[in-house]
Amino acid sequence: MIEGARWKKWVFFYIPMAFFLLFLLFPFYWMVITAVRPDGELYRPWNAVNYNPFWTTQPTWEHVRHLFEETLFATWMWNTMFIALVSTVISLVCGVFAGYALARLNFRFAGSLGTGIFITYLVPQTLLFIPLAEIIRNYRLGDTPWALILTYPTFLIPFCTWLMMGYFKAVPKELEECARIDGASRWQAMLYIIIPVAIPGILSAGIFAFTLSWNEFIYALVFVSSPEAKTVPVGVTSELIRGDVFFWGPLMAGALLGSIPVAIAYSFFVEHYVAGLTGSVKG
Amino acid sequence: MAVTAVTSALGDAPPPRRHRRLEDERWLAFVLLMPTMVLLGLFIAYPFVRGILLSVTDSRVGVPGDFVGLANYQRIWNDGIFRTAVYNTFLYTGVTTVFKLALGLWLAMLLNRHFRGKAFTRAFILLPFIIPTVLSTFAWKWMFDPTFSVLNWLLYRLGAISGRINWLGDADLAMISIMVVNIWRGVPFFAISLLAGLQTISPELNEAAAIDGAKPWQRFWYVTWPLLLPVTMVVMLFSVIQTFADFQIVYVMTGGGPANATHLFATYAYQIGVGAGQLSQGAAISLAMFPILFLVVVVQLLYIRRVETR
Repeated sequence: MIEGARWKKWVFFYIPMAFFLLFLLFPFYWMVITAVRPDGELYRPWNAVNYNPFWTTQPTWEHVRHLFEETLFATWMWNTMFIALVSTVISLVCGVFAGYALARLNFRFAGSLGTGIFITYLVPQTLLFIPLAEIIRNYRLGDTPWALILTYPTFLIPFCTWLMMGYFKAVPKELEECARIDGASRWQAMLYIIIPVAIPGILSAGIFAFTLSWNEFIYALVFVSSPEAKTVPVGVTSELIRGDVFFWGPLMAGALLGSIPVAIAYSFFVEHYVAGLTGSVKG
Repeated sequence: MAVTAVTSALGDAPPPRRHRRLEDERWLAFVLLMPTMVLLGLFIAYPFVRGILLSVTDSRVGVPGDFVGLANYQRIWNDGIFRTAVYNTFLYTGVTTVFKLALGLWLAMLLNRHFRGKAFTRAFILLPFIIPTVLSTFAWKWMFDPTFSVLNWLLYRLGAISGRINWLGDADLAMISIMVVNIWRGVPFFAISLLAGLQTISPELNEAAAIDGAKPWQRFWYVTWPLLLPVTMVVMLFSVIQTFADFQIVYVMTGGGPANATHLFATYAYQIGVGAGQLSQGAAISLAMFPILFLVVVVQLLYIRRVETR
């Protein structure tokens, strides 16, 4: 880096960086503080005197208790976790196989199939949710976790396939050829030689797919209606708002706790996540 | 080493019988692609066809309906709320993309320097992108609350306002608020992707330009920007598709209100198709997104082709 005067570093680096961090992270701080603040403090008008919104002296667990005792929050967490894990595993298996086939095997239509999968990658959920809701109903999947487990792969598989194709293309062909000369079948070479080499890619795809399915909203909103079958984002939205009344304390506590599994998964695999993110747009 | 370990475990035995057919590349490809094709066919291609068929009937929830031709499309074309939604969607996508790109690029440039706690900062910056959107949007809704808004408190204390601002109660302010949330969520994605692009640019190029007397602005414009352009294009097209088809932020922040002034394609389709039970008209509204999305995808495919063949 080319060094400049000290004030320049402040003006061009520290101050903008501080603003970015404040802008990007303040909502999370606000979530935390709201989740532990008693109702009496929460609902004081913004222009009340001697009011300090940024801190509380009487933190409370009241909202968290409300969440677990008055709502089905624990069930929603379990549902979301189950759906996210199963659909991630399905998508990984499909994506690894499809990615291998498209990157490594010669067959007709390989190019057009690759393009086709790339196009489905760009189909947003909001384009198809109405006809899909009908189909789900016709298959009698409505209101079950399977409605989501089977539909989430539609936006996870294309992404996993795309990412894995990149990884498989980078594995040298010789590795596979060696195994084949030593007597392994194509299937064995793929399963025991190539896939293990691509484990970092599988991890990236998996962690990314997990956060995507945890984030999904409109399918879960439309395909599932009974409170016991809801996921966290939908449950929080529909059960903690009664008409015009928002239970802000429990809402923020729910938002916070509902984010924790994703945050934990993310914190363990930051590098893999970033690799997945940048790999996903590399094209 | 891994190769020898596995192959010696396999011994010299010929491959099992069931593997023989898979020796044929075409068969193996077929088997490997089967699960993907079934799932995508069943839950993307089929619904797409179903959606088109649905949009030319007059079916409602529980009523199959009859063929009505393009009546649904004609109806939404003359629908004032739909027109507002179309306008909003374009405005929303255009404005937020410009801001996300500018701020994301700036943040990426800041992160591309060496400073203490860089890895830590980068990890935290991605939080808005990874935390489930609906959940973090609730935090924003609470910050924009008409009576208890922390933003109002702040502006009041700073002396900028004397009365409260009803952020989500006014059509224009509500639109701005929604855009702020979208920008907030999208900046990290732009920043991290562009940072990855920046890191592939050799610092020597910039140094050489500096030695030749290029000013920082010139170095950015003539060296960094052209090299970063391919990544920027792809990131932008991805973001445009996601933003154009956005649902979650508007659904949580305003639900399309006040008085249907902040609807996007997706939220309006939801309101008509699911809220009011007018399935076919809802399907028509969301399918109306398709031509524009298709155009963006075509641009993206052509662009990727061009970059790859260069």
